[in-house]
Amino acid sequence: MLEVKDLRVSYGQSEVIHGIDFVTAKDETLAIMGRNGMGKTTLFKSLIGILPGSSGSIVLDGREVGNLPSHERVAAGLAYVPQGRMIFPNLTVMENIESGLETLKTSKVPDEIFDLFPVLREMRKRKGGNLSGGQQQQLAIARALVSEPKVLLLDEPTEGIQPSIIKDIAHTLNEIRRMKKIAIVVSEQVLSFTMAIADRLAVIEKGKIIHEEEGKSANQEKIASYLAV
Amino acid sequence: MGGFSAQDLTAIFVMQGFAGLSFFSVLLLMALGLAIIYGQMRVINMAHGEFMVIGAYATYLLTSALRHLPGGLDVSVFLAIPVAFLAAFVVGYFIEWLLIRHLYHRPLDTLLATWGLALIMQQGFRSAFGAREVSVPVPDWLRGSYRPTMMIDIPLNGLAIMLLTVLVTVAVWWFLYRSRWGLRVRCTTANREMSGAVGINTKRVDRMTFAIGCGIAGIAGAAFTTISSTGPTSGSLYIVDTFLVVVFGGAGSLVGTIASAFSIAQAQSIMEFFMGGSMAKVLTLLTVIGILLLRPEGLVASKVRR
Ligand SMILES: Nc1ncnc2c1ncn2[C@@H]1O[C@H](COP(=O)(O)OP(=O)(O)O)[C@@H](O)[C@H]1O
Ligand SMILES: [Mg+2]
Repeated sequence: MLEVKDLRVSYGQSEVIHGIDFVTAKDETLAIMGRNGMGKTTLFKSLIGILPGSSGSIVLDGREVGNLPSHERVAAGLAYVPQGRMIFPNLTVMENIESGLETLKTSKVPDEIFDLFPVLREMRKRKGGNLSGGQQQQLAIARALVSEPKVLLLDEPTEGIQPSIIKDIAHTLNEIRRMKKIAIVVSEQVLSFTMAIADRLAVIEKGKIIHEEEGKSANQEKIASYLAV
Repeated sequence: MGGFSAQDLTAIFVMQGFAGLSFFSVLLLMALGLAIIYGQMRVINMAHGEFMVIGAYATYLLTSALRHLPGGLDVSVFLAIPVAFLAAFVVGYFIEWLLIRHLYHRPLDTLLATWGLALIMQQGFRSAFGAREVSVPVPDWLRGSYRPTMMIDIPLNGLAIMLLTVLVTVAVWWFLYRSRWGLRVRCTTANREMSGAVGINTKRVDRMTFAIGCGIAGIAGAAFTTISSTGPTSGSLYIVDTFLVVVFGGAGSLVGTIASAFSIAQAQSIMEFFMGGSMAKVLTLLTVIGILLLRPEGLVASKVRR
């Protein structure tokens, strides 16, 4: 579904992503694990088109999207939940979700979103900025999901979120995959969360993928050693 | 304030207050457009006054074309608003495409470029319409005045402008807070990168927003023709006050812009009577600076956590 080949990304003169390749299939969750500063956010920003890639290709469902602006990538089927959530704080919860409908014909938020995130229904008239961290994360996922993506990108969704809520998020992501059969690419540092959702794990270090294995049989100690500071 | 009786003072306050309301109306219409543009793109449009003049000349042309037809003047009053809006909108749309979009993220350059644009437009007006001011005839029913007491005299055209301003303000509010376009505008204002990443075509939103801001200035121009005559540099007289309103109100807040336009227009108009125009301006400016020192975000600052 998503095929990334030899992707390179730089900030000015300094290259941060040094040629990354990976593939995700439909109905598969790929976790990209790595410590702080290893290039996860940079990778995700270039996938969604916030940062330009300096070379390489990003093919979504058979179509090259690497040179499209962000909004056209969303229209092509990418959706993005950024690190730190980045909801629109002054907009209501409902308006935040509606902003994700931009690439669709409809302007009505589907009910299934509120079945997935009941708390958002209760809070739909509140301003996004007044929600708790966990609620904002649900909001950011809802906003991404209403665009009916083929590939959902999540950058460190557990960052700064209470352990009990982290479990809920894992459950929700599995539920989304079961319902929608989409591909999910998630970056993480929390191994227990990843083990609960991922079919495949890849380890990123200094802008390169240095290790990859199947999720169920993954050697957790080995991955943990990559994540240790 | 020696020499004035209590009754005199009341009459002065009411009449100057009302003159202030016409000024407030034009100022608010100007400021709405400028605030939308500034809030969305952080572009300080020095040519905003010239877009007002486009609206004024459009009104003049329309009226000149229609005035000799029977009832033409009555029709043109109502037609002037959409025509003035459209004229300024179209020019704004084109200017965004030609100039502004290349200068985002370079506030100083936009400042200079739009200032240059203002000069070019002024020269354009001079070549097209001549240096002499033109005035737009007003239909008879707008010419009278309303006299609640012997001493108070309120011109009807002022009342009409007030009404127009209320309508436009409500329309702007609806557009920003209830329409799909408004949602896009508010998203882009809040976070441009993220708006793109949820699927919003932010460049299209920019162009549309700039054009609509200019269009509202065009409506201000149509209103302006009923209180004053129009010359090539009429716009530049308003631009400073308009900026004052936007900064004082807290950019990006509709309520703040309204409150700020009201207080600045009223303060100037009433003080003008007692101490003359320039002194009133100086005093207003000093007060605004003083308040901004205490509240740097303007009158109405957003209260949400970031
Ligand atoms: N805006 C930026 N300008 C320059 N360098 C940056 C910028 N953002 C991140 N970096 C650098 O890029 C590298 C990867 O950062 P990032 O992608 O944020 O990592 P991660 O998300 O894995 O923590 C780090 O070395 C960081 O210092
Ligand atoms: Mg990161």
